[in-house]
Amino acid sequence: MADRAQSLMRLWPGLIAAALVAALTLGTLLAVALRAEGWGGLSPSDWAAIRFTLLQAFVSAAISVALAVPVARALARRRFPGRGLLVTLLGAPFILPVIVAVLGLLAVFGRNGLVSLVFNWFGWPPIHIYGQHGVVLAHVFFNLPLATRLILLGWLSIPAERFRLAASLGFAARDLTRELERPMLKAVLPGAFMVIFVICTTSFAVALALGGGPRATTVELAIYQAFRFEFDLGKAALLALVQFLICAVAAGLAMWLHVPEGGGPGLDRNVERWDARRPGLILLDAAFILAAALFLLLPLSMVVASGIPGLASLGGSAAKAAMRSVAVALAAGAITVAAALALAFAVQALRGRAEKGLVEGIGYLSIAASPLVVGTGLFILLFPVLDPVSVALPVTALVNAMMCLPFALRVLVPAVERVDRQFGHLADSLSMTGYARLRHVYLPRLSAPVGFSAGLAAALSMGDLGVVALFADPEAATLPLQMYRLMAAYRMDEAAGAGLLLLTMSVALFWMFDRGGRINADA
Amino acid sequence: MLTLEALDIRQDDFRLRADFELETGALAAIVGPSGAGKSTLLSAISGFFAPTSGRVLWAGEDITNAAPGERPLSIVFQDNNLFPHLTAMQNVALGIRPSLKLDGADTKRVADALARVGLAGLEDRKPAALSGGQQSRVTLARVLVRSRPMILLDEPFAALGPALRVEMLDLVAELARAEGATLLMVTHHPADALRIADLTVVVANGVAAAPMPTKTLFEDPPQILRDYLG
Repeated sequence: MADRAQSLMRLWPGLIAAALVAALTLGTLLAVALRAEGWGGLSPSDWAAIRFTLLQAFVSAAISVALAVPVARALARRRFPGRGLLVTLLGAPFILPVIVAVLGLLAVFGRNGLVSLVFNWFGWPPIHIYGQHGVVLAHVFFNLPLATRLILLGWLSIPAERFRLAASLGFAARDLTRELERPMLKAVLPGAFMVIFVICTTSFAVALALGGGPRATTVELAIYQAFRFEFDLGKAALLALVQFLICAVAAGLAMWLHVPEGGGPGLDRNVERWDARRPGLILLDAAFILAAALFLLLPLSMVVASGIPGLASLGGSAAKAAMRSVAVALAAGAITVAAALALAFAVQALRGRAEKGLVEGIGYLSIAASPLVVGTGLFILLFPVLDPVSVALPVTALVNAMMCLPFALRVLVPAVERVDRQFGHLADSLSMTGYARLRHVYLPRLSAPVGFSAGLAAALSMGDLGVVALFADPEAATLPLQMYRLMAAYRMDEAAGAGLLLLTMSVALFWMFDRGGRINADA
Repeated sequence: MLTLEALDIRQDDFRLRADFELETGALAAIVGPSGAGKSTLLSAISGFFAPTSGRVLWAGEDITNAAPGERPLSIVFQDNNLFPHLTAMQNVALGIRPSLKLDGADTKRVADALARVGLAGLEDRKPAALSGGQQSRVTLARVLVRSRPMILLDEPFAALGPALRVEMLDLVAELARAEGATLLMVTHHPADALRIADLTVVVANGVAAAPMPTKTLFEDPPQILRDYLG
């Protein structure tokens, strides 16, 4: 018997947030569509960009998933010291700034990188990282960990009792694969593949840093080039429409395939595996774990190692860029949390299933949105009114906040429901409404998921190199943009210093908020 | 006086009817088999579950549609009666000011209530730093400061050991008598009812029967109650 006025009060902020998200995604899309040139306007190079976007996403997703299966299997059936740390580390690429990872990958796989160095001893030519290889390599670097986590969850969702039963029947590893593991993989792999495919179609920063040229330009990169170099808004808009179609179809497919949940049971469950005691299998698993750990840790270690000397060479412009990035990150964190909380309260206040689904669904719209498309639309809308460059930073914060909204909703909607189930009656019986309820019930009870969401949004926007590249003001760059410019100018020492600074700040932001939310959170 | 007037509670194929009065100041137990609707009856009286038809009245005033916090009663749930992030003091203070903005007089009232339930000196502890019995006492201190004429207990002491449960029941009875409050408590233990409740409501077979003197009821239980007691 919630009071009507009361439930309206909980509804409004969420509806405003939903309207804002709809305007940013669908509204900008409309602006893009109205501005786009006819379909005949797609040149052969545009078609090449479309082909490359799909091809690299397909190859990246296929390699990520294929490599993730043995790694996940090894992690699922082995216990060893440091396993927990490694599993945690698998989540790290999520908050790792793309441009920093690219720098680390260059240090390992680049022309003067470690691998080329080894090749040189054998008299082989160095590897070329720029172009399709590089784009795929970076995508695998980012998505192999994600795929591993998703598949590992699949493995751990097989009840321990099944393995016990299999052992009592004398199953060999081969029998177990056929009866237990293959059916699980069949259910998990398509979703994991599709999620990674979607991510790879919208990873502008990777394409910007490692792609380019006629054979390795993605649609997003083509939008950027039409924008920055040709200043052809009509063409940019047309390409943005193409990008949206790719995203929408891919995201639709991913949802239809039912993406495995990211959270789920703990990843450190202990399952006794009687089938995997053969030394050969132990060696195989060790090799995969070691290789995956090296592949992830080596580039990161290189960022740290080469960044330390570079830190000293950073000037005042890097410091200013860092301050701007922090401001953007904090703003994005605040907007994400405010919008996600508002939407979660609205979902909670609504009665009908369809209404709940609609409001929550709008919050998830940005999964299918490319920041470049949203940016193009915003530029088209803002251009007649004001100089878009002057609002580069607020727009960056807003778009980043929107991109992080799905992750925040994923944790906050169930968390709000949990708080209401646990303490809703108590709060009602004490007439705790409005601000008192927010201040003394929701915020304290939700501090952990709020801290996590804010940290995620802050870290992601700290390292973002997407929409800011479109709007960028040469005088007021953010740290990732500054770093990209240093790399483009081959000032690698400074770039390495900036990279270490950026990495440290992203991780620190996430850690501060996440930890801050959990400290003092009385169970 | 609490009046349940042709109250009809339905949810899916569950149904419970109640039509009786309870005198002001009475201490009444609610007994009956699991799933018969003891808690649901309390939910309907406290405003968490809307009856399909019928009315709930207190002192002749219709409160059927009042918000839970506006009703002339305090309810103590089975669990989650305290906010884990607030101190004992704050948890009690919520009973006076849901905003927690207390003036000097409020603070004194809260401290007095805590002293009265035997928790003087533990004001600044959070629930995790209190024993189960102490947590129950904090909840009762809040019931005291709210000073509403009715107290509903939905088996809040079920998780406590037998000795502690009896101790809490005695405390509740003592406080209710001192305040002249009307008590309605759900219980699974006939001994609890016999110990503090003058009257008992039997909930079974879709009906909450009018309160009967507890002694007479248990000396010569009707068939429904006999089946339940075994």
